[in-house]
Amino acid sequence: MFPELNNLLNTTPDKVEQGKLTLLCDAKTDGSFLVHHFLSFYLKANCKVCFVALIQSFSHYNIVGQKLGVNLTTARERGQLVFLEGLKSSVDVFFRAEEEPHPLQFLRDANTGNLQPLYEFVREALQPVDNGEAAWRCPVLLVDDLSVLLSLGMGAVAVLDFIHYCRATVCWKLQGNMVALVHDSGDAEDEENDILLNGLSHQSHLILRAEGLATGFCRDVHGQLKVLWRRPPQPTAQRDRSLTYQYKIQDRSVSFFAKGLSPAVL
Amino acid sequence: MAAVAACGTDSGSAGSVAAAASKNNVTSFQRKGPRTSSSDSGGSRLVSIAGTRPSVRNGQLLVSTGLPALDQLLGGGLAVGTVLLIEEDKYNIYSPLLFKYFLAEGVINRHTLLVASAKEDPADIIQELPAPLLDDNCKKKFDEDVYNHKTPESNIKMKIAWRYQLLPKMEAGPVSSSRFGHYYDASKKMPQELIEASKWHGFFLPKKISSTLNVEPCSLTHGYIELLQFIQKIIYEEGFDGSNPQLRFMGNMSSVSWRCLSGEKKQKNILRIGIQNLGSPLWGDDICCTENCDNSHSLTKFLYILRGLLRTSLSACIITMPTHLIQNKAIISRITNLSDTVVHLESFIGSERETHPLYKDYHGLIHIRQIPRLNNLICDVSDVKDLAFKLKRKLFTIERLHLPPDLSDTVSRSSKQDVAESAKLLGPGCGVMAGGKKHLDF
Repeated sequence: MFPELNNLLNTTPDKVEQGKLTLLCDAKTDGSFLVHHFLSFYLKANCKVCFVALIQSFSHYNIVGQKLGVNLTTARERGQLVFLEGLKSSVDVFFRAEEEPHPLQFLRDANTGNLQPLYEFVREALQPVDNGEAAWRCPVLLVDDLSVLLSLGMGAVAVLDFIHYCRATVCWKLQGNMVALVHDSGDAEDEENDILLNGLSHQSHLILRAEGLATGFCRDVHGQLKVLWRRPPQPTAQRDRSLTYQYKIQDRSVSFFAKGLSPAVL
Repeated sequence: MAAVAACGTDSGSAGSVAAAASKNNVTSFQRKGPRTSSSDSGGSRLVSIAGTRPSVRNGQLLVSTGLPALDQLLGGGLAVGTVLLIEEDKYNIYSPLLFKYFLAEGVINRHTLLVASAKEDPADIIQELPAPLLDDNCKKKFDEDVYNHKTPESNIKMKIAWRYQLLPKMEAGPVSSSRFGHYYDASKKMPQELIEASKWHGFFLPKKISSTLNVEPCSLTHGYIELLQFIQKIIYEEGFDGSNPQLRFMGNMSSVSWRCLSGEKKQKNILRIGIQNLGSPLWGDDICCTENCDNSHSLTKFLYILRGLLRTSLSACIITMPTHLIQNKAIISRITNLSDTVVHLESFIGSERETHPLYKDYHGLIHIRQIPRLNNLICDVSDVKDLAFKLKRKLFTIERLHLPPDLSDTVSRSSKQDVAESAKLLGPGCGVMAGGKKHLDF
């Protein structure tokens, strides 16, 4: 969790908004630091988190999480975190002909599979259990990242359907939150990815877009973050305002500053 | 190189302080790292696999790519459990060299090799690995043949200025005293006895493809399924899946992998996987032929499952891929996202740069497209982005791109402009921003 990002978004782990879809997007840079932020943020906020991690292994997230002050192993043991490790499961699904359906069953399917098993997995993971104690706050679904699903042969429409189902269940029915990362392919003309990105941008409440600097690599500024709120009309004139900050990623945190005001410049 | 090695001692200290102190009863303030580890190689050091070292930054186990200059650019080496993707140069001249260096490094360190190809028989690839320039026979060689055509300058150390000694060396010279990363002589072949001592598995697609055709329907190309099953078989049969390399090798290592590493039955080893020309039509993939092909997800799926296999085993993989042949740009960006480290080679052969005065010292440019973020928020990006490579008689070197000095007394205006413009053309070479080619009209 990066305190500076919390300040920018005007949130703290104590007051978590509910029913929101946050879209994380990166273009010409790596936006995974945002995923780590939201993972640690919601774990600290005592939310029940279902993390569909398709791009990295559990230990990677765990070690970074420790740097940010959360322990994924204990969270998983306590039942706060449900972790789907895509890389590991893909090997299991591919090499072992298991009878029971796996969330990533579509890896085996010859023709375009469907994401229904994955949705069922999410729904079951976040279904509130009433055993009295250990009541978590709102449920949260985190996906890193959705573009991988496209690479694994799913169509953009299938992924959008999946998100829609998840929204209906997580955001609306359970009053929880969703966070998903999508890469912006930029000039690679990845049509499917563009459909997915545009479709999600249309639905989400908050869009965080990390971009590499147009002028290239810089040691002191790693990129810029655009914050786009899509709020229902408010009396104040701050709806649909877009804000751009530059950032620098450090070992355990990220510092944000206004454009051109990098500490190295000043 | 020296700087990196020195830092390596710090990271190792956490785990090895206790072990070393108990062994030789001296103060704990002592130099550790490469020196001690080479003296007791099979000892109680956590990482006892030959040819590996822990990363400074993230505690990952690293192996050398066989090219110390490239190791340095990639943050010390290639992390075990990750994929290095080499985007081939246009005529596929230099990328096989990197491929062979990677495998030769495995032979020297007695790693197990797995060579997969659809074009050449793996046995032939193994036979043509370059010979190492080891330090003991390095001296011998200097006495024999190199000495007579090299001027005595090489022996007398010339000091230009003291301060330059501290600068990190980009250039690769044969000073391999460390066991991590060796230099290879591209003009000589690996000695037979080393090849015979090494353990390797070959996957030659034309031989495998005829064996079984009754596979269950899957969206992957047949050759890829065969290869994945082959790799999986090797990993599981030979016990490369013993520990999870994604765990840190120091500090918070679980008890299970501790036992695996300290070696109950046999010494743990690294599996080096090399896959040549992946995605080319010879693999039965049609992404190089048409833009909208039926099984465009075949390659990305293959990479994903391969990565899953690697992450749970002690193995590292190099893939060379003719990305310039892939018709659909979208697939290239997806492939990049699914690999860990991506290096692009751009040779000057056949382009106008071949004869350009600016590039006369080099044979091509090397672009580091992607460096993985492992166990970390940040990655080790080197500050130097303009890198060029050169194939000398023996060595493949990676250097920082320099403008040649202007030696003529009266520089004519036209040639100056020439260089200025080509420096602008370098823009895409620097990894960013295309299309900044502005003509100066006066």
